[in-house]
Amino acid sequence: MTLAPESPPSVAEERRTVLPASRPRPVEPAGERRRSLALRRATDTYALLGSGAAAASLTALLFVWLLPFNGVIGFLVVAYALFLGLYALLVSFDEDGPTVRDRLAGVVVRTVGLVMVVALAFVIVYTLWEGRRALPHLNFFTEDMTLAGPLDPLSAGGILHAIVGTLEQILIALVLTVPAGLVCAVFLNEVPGRFARFVRTIVEAMTALPSIVAGLFIYATAILALGIGKSGLAASLALGVMMLPIIIRAADVVIRLVPGSLREASYALGTSRWRTAWHVVLPTARSGLTTSVILGTARGVGETSPVLLTAGFTAEMNADPFNGPQVSLPLATFEFVKSPEPAMIARGFGTAATLMALVLLLFVLARLIGGRAPGKLTRRQTHRRVLASRRDAERFAGRTHTRTHTGTGTAAPAPAAAATSPAPTFPVPAVKPDRSTP
Amino acid sequence: MGVLRRTGERTIAAQRSVGLATEGPAADEGPRGLYADPGLPDRIFRGVARGGGGLVLAVMLLVGGFLLYRAWQALDRAGWSFLTTAAWEPDAGRFGIAAVIVGTVLIALVAIVVAVPLAVCGALYISEYAPPGMRGTLISVVDLMAAVPSVVYGLWGLFFFEGAVLPTARWIATYLGWFPPLGVIGADPRDPLATETVYTSSTLIAGIVVALMVAPIICSVMREVFTQAPAGEREGAYALGATRWGMIRSVVLPFGKGGMIGGTMLGLGRALGETIAVYLIISPVFQIQWHVLQSGTSSVSSLIALRYGEASPFGMSALMAAGLALFVMTLIVNFVASSIVARSRSGAASDA
Repeated sequence: MTLAPESPPSVAEERRTVLPASRPRPVEPAGERRRSLALRRATDTYALLGSGAAAASLTALLFVWLLPFNGVIGFLVVAYALFLGLYALLVSFDEDGPTVRDRLAGVVVRTVGLVMVVALAFVIVYTLWEGRRALPHLNFFTEDMTLAGPLDPLSAGGILHAIVGTLEQILIALVLTVPAGLVCAVFLNEVPGRFARFVRTIVEAMTALPSIVAGLFIYATAILALGIGKSGLAASLALGVMMLPIIIRAADVVIRLVPGSLREASYALGTSRWRTAWHVVLPTARSGLTTSVILGTARGVGETSPVLLTAGFTAEMNADPFNGPQVSLPLATFEFVKSPEPAMIARGFGTAATLMALVLLLFVLARLIGGRAPGKLTRRQTHRRVLASRRDAERFAGRTHTRTHTGTGTAAPAPAAAATSPAPTFPVPAVKPDRSTP
Repeated sequence: MGVLRRTGERTIAAQRSVGLATEGPAADEGPRGLYADPGLPDRIFRGVARGGGGLVLAVMLLVGGFLLYRAWQALDRAGWSFLTTAAWEPDAGRFGIAAVIVGTVLIALVAIVVAVPLAVCGALYISEYAPPGMRGTLISVVDLMAAVPSVVYGLWGLFFFEGAVLPTARWIATYLGWFPPLGVIGADPRDPLATETVYTSSTLIAGIVVALMVAPIICSVMREVFTQAPAGEREGAYALGATRWGMIRSVVLPFGKGGMIGGTMLGLGRALGETIAVYLIISPVFQIQWHVLQSGTSSVSSLIALRYGEASPFGMSALMAAGLALFVMTLIVNFVASSIVARSRSGAASDA
């Protein structure tokens, strides 16, 4: 067994970092050696592969011959631990202590990060895969469950009522929360003071409100005390109570990111507060605000517990959110999988897959709209901005032109001066008017 | 946050100075008084904004106040025994949150213990190790996973994971059962034909499912903080000869400590309040159950989901009290998290 080359600290010459593989390379004619700039060397790959193979075979030996263990998960855990140990050993033949730790940490971070992503992807793929039995039936999206009992095959019944319910409930919740949320976020940033700080603290506290407690609150007030009855409206109220702090919080963060210099420039031009908020702050933060609203919507669409308490359950189509129970996608999933019948469970997975597709759609929308820093424009926006500014330039140029040539007939006080100097001094006509068509 | 707040103050100063131009000729007598005449539209704007803020405040206070008010009846009758009773029979006068709180906290703890290593490694991988071309995709994927509805995780846990984890649960109970929390009552590890139902619906399974739910949330907070570690310090560490892990340990992790703690607490808050995934998996019992592998546990939110329908007015009040206890717990966790994040260096722009 060779020793790790970290021990002799004697000669300064020896302390230089020398790649073990490259020591006997021939010196080139110019007296310089070409250095390999690759970050990954062949020995690294060999160490990885070797320790992987050794760990797998050692674990197999342990499990088959030596120990009374079994099970896939146990095998993987033991193999992983052995792999780490062997890899450290192999690397330590070539490298010093810090490098061994670096390699080990790199392997651990990569594998555990991979495990997280794979596990989460597996959750999603599993749901989609289990939904494969219900989703190909077209009637799954065009019928409700009125005529389909638990024993009916998948070719009868569907979740149209749940889709309609989800859309209506989230729409009402958005109508209630988005204006209130945006006004509150603007208030927190544009009218600062002690009151705004207090409101911000309370809003931050309410983001901690568990969703089931929001549902319980609406159940106790709207349904038990006011007697609205379990309905889509009650469900949207519960969703609204849950989503409001989330939307305010996200919108607050986005508005806070609007550069202060923009606001100051606006104020310096003598703009009033509401004009600054309306024409500078909100347009600058628009994409971020849209994103925060959409992400809040995605949270609300998938939330089951407040709906469970407030919406009631029905197998019939109910397009009226104000009367009678109305079911939504997460609630329908929840109710379907409580049944022991395989067809109902397949319907549950199909509903969950539909719900996830909806969330995915919202998420992609949010990425398309948002994802840019405030003030950054898309290509089309830039194009439109450029066109508008050319039109302005043309208009200015046209006005100077008329002022210059139609002479003293206009009421402007400047024509005499303009007539004496035919070349205008301000730089607007630098853009030629004939270039204005794209 | 400090920087942003300062920007806000500058903005106020700028707003005040707008009023200077309207000041009269009294300028030569000492310092001029600063005043801004907002004008009618501005006053309306300010009124509307204040009104919006006040409305939201009113809604929020109404929720909190109503919870407190309704819970008070039950708390008043139960007194301190509310915290120490395990049974839940409000109409018989015997009810308390000892069992459900212990269950909730244990599920959340299992979730955090499983989720934090996953999230830390995931965040470090995305911010430090992943090839730059993949980084954007990975960030989107993790953010998307944070938005996946909890009922989906519940389905996965109920139909796939519970069956898959039983042999492992049994293995742990057999070989590590000498450690009391991992022991299982009523299971005979030496009997190869013993039924595995004593291991189903346990705290461990619910906890792991919740862990998968909160891991992307924690991961995205941590990733946000890690990427903000100053480039100068990173390069300094490399220039001093640090390996990549040496750089991470001496620059990224100390810088991101506040964000890591804050993200963890945020995940803990979500894990405490999770309802549906837990409700689908556990089978409720109303006794203090601290064997994490044993079948049967309970949590506050699943208690509410289970009992709200049949509750009498007083039972409703008792449920409100349980909900209030849960709310107070998540509230404390969240406030501790945000104060830690605000005090640390990395709290500058993290979203916790």
